[in-house]
Amino acid sequence: MSGIQESVIIRTVVRIMVPFIQLFALYVIMHGASGPGGGFQGGVIFGAAIILYAMIFGISEGKKKISDSFDRILASTGLTIYAATGLACIIFGGMFLQYSAVPLLPDTALVSKYLIDLVEIGIGITVLAVMISLFFDISPPESEAGEVEE
Amino acid sequence: MKALALFVVVITGAMLIYAGQDLPAFGDINSPSYQAPMTQYFINNSLEESGVPNIVTALLANYRGYDTLGETAVIFTAGMAVILLLRRRET
Repeated sequence: MSGIQESVIIRTVVRIMVPFIQLFALYVIMHGASGPGGGFQGGVIFGAAIILYAMIFGISEGKKKISDSFDRILASTGLTIYAATGLACIIFGGMFLQYSAVPLLPDTALVSKYLIDLVEIGIGITVLAVMISLFFDISPPESEAGEVEE
Repeated sequence: MKALALFVVVITGAMLIYAGQDLPAFGDINSPSYQAPMTQYFINNSLEESGVPNIVTALLANYRGYDTLGETAVIFTAGMAVILLLRRRET
């Protein structure tokens, strides 16, 4: 354990802050349709929350939250959500990613809005999973996990 | 060597600042990018066509949705490549 991980202040602050960072990430993803934000930004913020947790509490604690296999599943799930949305538009007779073709609601603009939100969620899931897996893969082995590098 | 690097950085920065003087001002209504026909089209039609008030998101996810799918695939592929090359396996 290095100095930064022993500090009670840092551990307490991180424990309190991480849920709020994750909530903010979800806000950024869901707000992407109507303001600044989107899947890429929100996914990076969510991944940063998990990385912050793993930096302070150790890699093994972080992997308890999101394990390697779950992380891989997440990364492919996000891309699948995006591609499946595009394919659903083909099934309903439109072109690839032509959202207005899906007869979900009578208002085609509203259908497009919700499907754009779905696509943003897919992007966010992929980005956060890749962020977390990058951090875990380049972090030092568990025996010296106290020396977490930037 | 350090002096040469500093010289290159300073010269490049000076050139960029000099070139930056010619950029249109922020929010300039006469700038070429604002006057382009596509810009006018997106400003006028993106809300009705895509349903999202944010024109950037409408472009990213609707008009250029295929491009964004490719970007997501690039990030996914990069992550998978890092897993393949750098992940330590328990032996």
